[in-house]
Amino acid sequence: MTDPTAAASGAAVAESAADFVTAAEQVETKPGKPRSLASDAWHDLRRRPLFLISSALILLILVMAAFPGLFTSVDPTHAELSRSREGPSSQAWFGYDNQGADIYARVIYGARASVVVGVLATLLTVLLGGTLGIVAGYAGGWVDGLLSRIADIFFGLPFVLGAIVILTTFRASGSTNVVKIVALVVLSMSVLSWPVAMRIMRSAAISAKQQDYVRAARALGASARRVIVRHLLPNTLAPVLVYATIALGAFIGVEATLSFLGIGLRPPVVSWGVMIADSRDYIRIAPHLLLFPAGFLTATVLAFVMLGDAVREALDPKLR
Amino acid sequence: MGRYVLRRLLQLVPVFIGTTFLMYWLVWSLPGDPFAGKCGERPCPDSYITAMRDKFNLDDPLLVQYGKYMVGLLQGDFGVNYKDQSVGTLIGNAYPNTIKLALMALAIEAVIGLVAGVLTGLRGRSYLDNLVLVSTLFLISIPVFVTGFVLQIALGFQLGWIKPVVSSGAPWEQLIVPGFVLGSLSMAYVTRLTRTSIAENKRADYVRTAVAKGQPQRRVVAVHMLRNSAIPVITFLGTDVGALMGGAIVTEGIFDIKGIGNLVYRAIGAQEAVTVTGIVTLLVLVYLLANLIVDLLYAVLDPRIRYD
Repeated sequence: MTDPTAAASGAAVAESAADFVTAAEQVETKPGKPRSLASDAWHDLRRRPLFLISSALILLILVMAAFPGLFTSVDPTHAELSRSREGPSSQAWFGYDNQGADIYARVIYGARASVVVGVLATLLTVLLGGTLGIVAGYAGGWVDGLLSRIADIFFGLPFVLGAIVILTTFRASGSTNVVKIVALVVLSMSVLSWPVAMRIMRSAAISAKQQDYVRAARALGASARRVIVRHLLPNTLAPVLVYATIALGAFIGVEATLSFLGIGLRPPVVSWGVMIADSRDYIRIAPHLLLFPAGFLTATVLAFVMLGDAVREALDPKLR
Repeated sequence: MGRYVLRRLLQLVPVFIGTTFLMYWLVWSLPGDPFAGKCGERPCPDSYITAMRDKFNLDDPLLVQYGKYMVGLLQGDFGVNYKDQSVGTLIGNAYPNTIKLALMALAIEAVIGLVAGVLTGLRGRSYLDNLVLVSTLFLISIPVFVTGFVLQIALGFQLGWIKPVVSSGAPWEQLIVPGFVLGSLSMAYVTRLTRTSIAENKRADYVRTAVAKGQPQRRVVAVHMLRNSAIPVITFLGTDVGALMGGAIVTEGIFDIKGIGNLVYRAIGAQEAVTVTGIVTLLVLVYLLANLIVDLLYAVLDPRIRYD
């Protein structure tokens, strides 16, 4: 399943988290031009076609989400039953959906909800998991044990099943409050995936803690807070960032899967997942109902996965 | 090793209790009256409701309810749902289908993934390599239900090569396409994992030694490289088994396979909390055990890792 596993596929990142931390030591410095890991990675990234293509795509999607009016002047909620399920034509490039609304306009306006859900879920996951992970990694001992066991409990829940149960339990039936609908989906996705972010952050923090600069800082009497914020955080950010990029794409896919199952976002919210869910019963007679939103969805997820790949390759010296 | 296994098993206990309790609490707090509409067009008589609440221990505090449920479960009693069907029988009927689908998906992803990974890993940068990389990217990005629907329409309805829905016994040959759909994402990961692993090991000393000894290329790859490169792949597949056994709600829904995913999805819709908790408990157990076995497998496959 796209979704869950891809969001949980942090496994790959988690294993190499330690490499990211020590990466700075392995950077080959060219004579006369010493560069930090970040600027070195940036220098490397700028020349990768994968990075350029994916960031161009992402930029386009973000503009689409922010200013849908730039791309279409049609109202996405305006529906005329007389043109229900008409195929693509010169008036409507992508045709009309079951209610007779313009699919092109809906796809453009749908970007916003999908992107917002993805971004918020990623932010929440990374903030929650990252904070707990860095605390667990730095403190060690019983704090680490306790936090790790709590994470295990949430990690043991099957993703789709857990999301279905949470969403059915807390869903306020018939509510048309857009904020509430979106918040519930975001929360349930984050609650189920923060353990992955925590494991990545924890293993990065543990290997960073053993570095000489952290020991030196502690020997000089720096407080735990200062060590975490000034020394650990900047050096453990890379693996979490890579995970976040990939997870962002995955979450957009998860939103679609949940909406497809009929428990994620729902009208009046316009999102790609909602459109795909609406098309479910008419796929055989009108495949364009599914193909256009699914195409946009796939392209978006693809862009984020590619970006994550490119960033990981640039930051991980082993892959160079 | 024995002590390590024992310690891990003991660690599983609190995680198992925590996860299942969390689910138990969520499922039993599903909104709505569980007995509404159970007596036809009229409201249920009080005697029925009292009997039912008593039967499912609904008047006890949540912890006691959970405790009683777990005690029953430990004796192999999954309970009965509101229609008086035994949940154990329901699971017993559905699980073989899920296991068949999972095995099919596993076989497809392992074979295709390993072959593609070995081929591209050996070649290095080439046309084939780029082709495989791009297709894995696509497989990762396409949501499972899109792959499922597209294949169902194209192969099932338009070309007529497969039956669009799987018949009740879930015969193996009908599970090929659903298995491919279910395994497609993991197939992409297996390919990438094998490729990186092979590419890394290609430069290892023992490979150079084997080549210098004059071993034929085929033997070097099959015996020396594959065995060492397979370790991360096998552990990934092991974790995947745990996930696949959990049933594929989406894939089973599209192809109408009467598996565990289908059962649980329907049970949630019908608010049959007993069925849902039974299945969830079973799935959590399978998932946790699969992860434990993967960790142990690691030590068996890679003698450098020792658990003491």
